[in-house]
Amino acid sequence: MATTPLRQSGRVQRGRRSIEHRRSPWFHVLMIPFTLLWIAPMVFVLVVSLRPFDDLIARGLTALPTTLSLEGFRTALSSGGIAGALRNSLIVTVVAVVLSLFLASLAAFALSRYRIPGRLVILLVMLAGNLLPPQILLIPVAKIAQGLGIYDSLTALIVVQVGFGLGFYTFVLHGFMRALPAEVFEAAVIDGAGPVRIYAQVVLPLTRPALAALTALATTWIFNDLIFAMTVLRTETKFPITAALLNLQGGFVSQWNVVAAGSIIAAIPTAFVFFIFQKQFVSGLLVGTNK
Amino acid sequence: MSTAAPALPDRRAPVARWWAGVRKVPVVVWVFLLLPVAVEAFWVFWPAANSFSLSMTRWNGVGAAEPVGVKNYTDLLADPIFQTAVKNNVIWVVGFGGLSVLVGLAMAVLLNRPGRGIGLYRAAIYLPMVFSLTVTGMFWRVLYSPDGPVNASLGLLGLQSWQRQWLADPDVALYAVLVAAVWRQVGYIMVLYLAGLKGVDPSLEEAAAVDGANRWQRFAQIVFPQLRGVNAVVFAVTVIDSLRTFDIVWAMTRGGPYNSTQLLSTYMFEQGFTLVNLGYGSAIAVVIFLLAIAFIITYLVRSARTED
Repeated sequence: MATTPLRQSGRVQRGRRSIEHRRSPWFHVLMIPFTLLWIAPMVFVLVVSLRPFDDLIARGLTALPTTLSLEGFRTALSSGGIAGALRNSLIVTVVAVVLSLFLASLAAFALSRYRIPGRLVILLVMLAGNLLPPQILLIPVAKIAQGLGIYDSLTALIVVQVGFGLGFYTFVLHGFMRALPAEVFEAAVIDGAGPVRIYAQVVLPLTRPALAALTALATTWIFNDLIFAMTVLRTETKFPITAALLNLQGGFVSQWNVVAAGSIIAAIPTAFVFFIFQKQFVSGLLVGTNK
Repeated sequence: MSTAAPALPDRRAPVARWWAGVRKVPVVVWVFLLLPVAVEAFWVFWPAANSFSLSMTRWNGVGAAEPVGVKNYTDLLADPIFQTAVKNNVIWVVGFGGLSVLVGLAMAVLLNRPGRGIGLYRAAIYLPMVFSLTVTGMFWRVLYSPDGPVNASLGLLGLQSWQRQWLADPDVALYAVLVAAVWRQVGYIMVLYLAGLKGVDPSLEEAAAVDGANRWQRFAQIVFPQLRGVNAVVFAVTVIDSLRTFDIVWAMTRGGPYNSTQLLSTYMFEQGFTLVNLGYGSAIAVVIFLLAIAFIITYLVRSARTED
């Protein structure tokens, strides 16, 4: 009599375990080769970038490396112009990220904490701007930049990036600021703080987690952009790294070690950001999915 | 700061009520809002509106634009390269979307539960996502080069007849680029589905397991229906991304060989910037916009629901 319920509960326990813990032994047998295949392209390019050009010519692209050298990296950075391009990219990325997050935080603060008439419409229209296909902006943006006399300058690239990203950043920060507890605001108002002080001393510090996630995301987006750069820049020395990579491909045809080295250099900063801010990055990607 | 509205019914005219609402907000807060709005309006909405009017003109950027009505659009309908681009974009949406969802969802389901090595597998699969599409394109140019590892591997497997000049062969170039794009996208889709799977109620699956449902039945009938929200987002994101796709094609083939990898975005860029047919290029941009708008609205409606 007493054993029946025990046995039953034991079976339920086993059932649970089969879902939560037990994996088929085949799991790793399949996953290990799949994962290796998945990272093989990166490993291969890294190996090619470290082989001297003479070795590539003599023994072919797919031979196992016998000697390693930084020749590809040196050529890419100096005569390939990648060093200058990296500098341009860093300037554009840092300035554009800071500017757009600052402006977005202002808009998000106004929309989330004050009864602005039509604020949901404003918010969604701003977000819609970020969802537009960039192609619809390109030709007029080039013309406007020419009209303002900033065409072919990093300034033009920065302002376009700021304008295009604002809607999304505002939307994310708005959601975050709205969820802040009302008490902190009431306390600040009782202390006689005006909007500027509430923004700077109460809201901004509390919004740090969201700002961190957006910084990670915006950095990779802006650093990785190609199409806006090709739209507003013409002089090669002003190119960010993405556009410079395409030139490198054209200028060093079949010098695969140089092309590979340039690609690796362009990949390092975003990979770095990703590994440092992995958690923030992933949470940033999930914004708007409202699972 | 949204203070509770006064309980008295407001009998003023709507305009007066609206104005009262405007005045209630401190001036500095209006400045906070209007500064970013002005930047976005000037660099996004104003250019977007201009593309519509430019698409009704013929213009090479010098002198005045010549109004031509809808001629650019009728020309597009008869343009064989435009037709190729539309067809390629359809292939792209289906192939890029389908493959990355298939692999991304499979990986999310396999790597959902914690266990030995799971963190490493996940990191490996979403690492490509952090590279730019340009970098991804360059990586795969190396892989696809005639004496590169793709052809070498086929040779090792005894599939010499499959070897080819992947990016120079009009029959396969589009698919070669597509594979590279999928490789980068899978990690992103996996992240979205991993988050969605966290919201799946485990007790339902347990109950089904107790009732003897096998893994596939549990997934198809219990888990997948609960992922409806993520599916909608993935669908909208995939279509919007597909219509935007430019970098990776430009980096790998520039739309060639013989326009075989031309997508709407690359053809628009070629017309607008390489050939400086500003009106014609704008018309293609408008077509891209019209194709994207339904999905943009879907995404916005979902977003509005969370904010309301």
